[in-house]
Amino acid sequence: MLEIRALHKSFGSTKAVSNVNLTIQEGEFFSLLGPSGCGKTTLLRMLGGFESPTSGEILQDENRVDTLPPHLRPFNMVFQRYALFPHLSVWQNVAFGLQMKKTSRSEIQTRVLEALALVKMENFSERSVDTLSGGQQQRIALARAFINRPRVLLLDEPLSALDLKLRQQMQIELLSLQRRLKHTFIFVTHDQEEALTLSDRIAVMNHGVVEQVGTPQEIYEYPRTLFVAQFIGSINSLEGEVRESREDGVIVQGFSKRQIQVKPSKDGSRPLPAVQPGTSLRILMRPEKLKALKSPPGPEQNVIEGNLKEVLYQGSMTHLFIQPKEADVPALMVAQPNTSVTSRKGFQLGDRIFVAWTPEDCLLMGKEEALRETHA
Amino acid sequence: MPKALRSPPLLILPTLGWFLWFLLIPLCILFIYSFATKGTYGGIVYTFSLENYFRAQDWIYFRIFLSSLKLAALTTISCLLIGYPMAYVMATVSATMRSVLLMLVVIPFWTNFVVRAYAIKVLLGEHGPVNQIALSLKILAEPIVFNNSAFSVWLWMVTNYLPFMVLPLYVALEKFDFTLLEAAKDLGASSVNILLKVLIPLTKQGIVAGIIFVFPCALGEFIIPDILGGAKTMLIGNLITEQFLKSRDWPFGSALSMILILSVLVSLVVYLKTQENPHEASRKA
Repeated sequence: MLEIRALHKSFGSTKAVSNVNLTIQEGEFFSLLGPSGCGKTTLLRMLGGFESPTSGEILQDENRVDTLPPHLRPFNMVFQRYALFPHLSVWQNVAFGLQMKKTSRSEIQTRVLEALALVKMENFSERSVDTLSGGQQQRIALARAFINRPRVLLLDEPLSALDLKLRQQMQIELLSLQRRLKHTFIFVTHDQEEALTLSDRIAVMNHGVVEQVGTPQEIYEYPRTLFVAQFIGSINSLEGEVRESREDGVIVQGFSKRQIQVKPSKDGSRPLPAVQPGTSLRILMRPEKLKALKSPPGPEQNVIEGNLKEVLYQGSMTHLFIQPKEADVPALMVAQPNTSVTSRKGFQLGDRIFVAWTPEDCLLMGKEEALRETHA
Repeated sequence: MPKALRSPPLLILPTLGWFLWFLLIPLCILFIYSFATKGTYGGIVYTFSLENYFRAQDWIYFRIFLSSLKLAALTTISCLLIGYPMAYVMATVSATMRSVLLMLVVIPFWTNFVVRAYAIKVLLGEHGPVNQIALSLKILAEPIVFNNSAFSVWLWMVTNYLPFMVLPLYVALEKFDFTLLEAAKDLGASSVNILLKVLIPLTKQGIVAGIIFVFPCALGEFIIPDILGGAKTMLIGNLITEQFLKSRDWPFGSALSMILILSVLVSLVVYLKTQENPHEASRKA
């Protein structure tokens, strides 16, 4: 188990990482997600031992490691641009860590072959690393990092240099590798989809602070802050004022005539925050939870009326942008899956459209800061 | 490279002409002279023999050659040891600091080398600041006589040749990916191993270039050892100068020059051959 306690890092007057507390379980695939400059790489480099924390502690199995030099920590790092040694062959690169630890020749031989086999590169051992493709270099970088059998593998945006197809393929390989090795992976990325796909849990960071830690589903469906909501995928945001706060839901008056109901999710995993009538807040809706209808839905659904402003066809999905009539607010984005060849429904630009959604499929959020869930 | 971008061969004509006229032809003349005989009053007599080359094999000349070799080697190694950390710092500091350091390296080029030699003479002289400060602080009881010593020659040689070493090293280190050092550290390499297995092998081109710039030039050095070394040690450069200017034995001077040029050339070729194909070499290690 890896524990990070009250970790701070400042460079001069700028705070790169402030008050980070995380507990990462053995064998977990844990992602640090955030925009560039959010402190995720600094955090990872502190774990690796390449930056020393300004204050705070890092513990592996209850032993402090933040005071140790990199090679005495049971961690190994996969660097962003792989940092393979260009003057060494594939075999020599992978063997480097073992050679430095003065492992016996025969053991080096078997373990290097084993590692190369794990990343399916056993036929490349004599090749020079600069004759390899990006994906192959990535695999060698992985093999070189896990050959020392680290408790935790630190990965600094390892897939960012690969093109889309290769990246998706490497994501699958990375996951199956992690399942076989059973090491803890700490994975830094700025790519939301990548983090959602790979991680057991994600920590979303912004301005050096961890905004939310949770499973991909929690992060996506129940973001705690506006930043998390907007950074992970797209989200529609409406401003409104609380009219009524009841056991089973909150009634909000937005800009439209019809009031908006917000209800806790049916599975009980997301209770509503306790809000007083008169509080102004935001209602957040994911585009794929909205439906675009030609006629108004029943009273159990929330609805906003508007005109179709833009249609973006994206293959598997079509994004519709609907401009509400009543107010000068940003257009609502509705994502419709193209479930059949003819599912575009023939909307015309300028059509009157009713945007509808169920009261369980939206979120309430304070206007400035996060509203913590009542039970948390 | 696309055909259109290929530089027209005509562009190298000025350089080619320059080398032909001022380097290759004089070398040929030197080569021919080296087989000629000295005239009674110093002229060239075109009776050709290998006599000059046999004469050069004398033990005295061999010793002069050895002491030149020693000074050149010492200078090259000193420049490498001082220059490498310097270049490393230059490659890792901020851009502003980098320009300042680059200036510091280049400024010596702007002053005449004889002026610099006399500056060292004054600085290290018995009444110079170094001795005076040490005396007044009672570190020394008597002034140290630096002048006319091997030390001040070495000092000047290093000052003079340092830029030729630092600049190619800087170019190599500037291209170096410093995350490789972190990767090596992460994999458990000690500082010595990081240096020997990662940094030096990957900046070898700079080291080789620096050595090629410094060593041959240092080998032929002659005026400064006279000014600062008190003309006590004869170097191969002095010996050759003497043949041309004092003994008026141009054929023998030419033969000595040819030997010097050839030995530098041969040692460079041998050195470069051993440095070739770094990938293969390190694999065997």
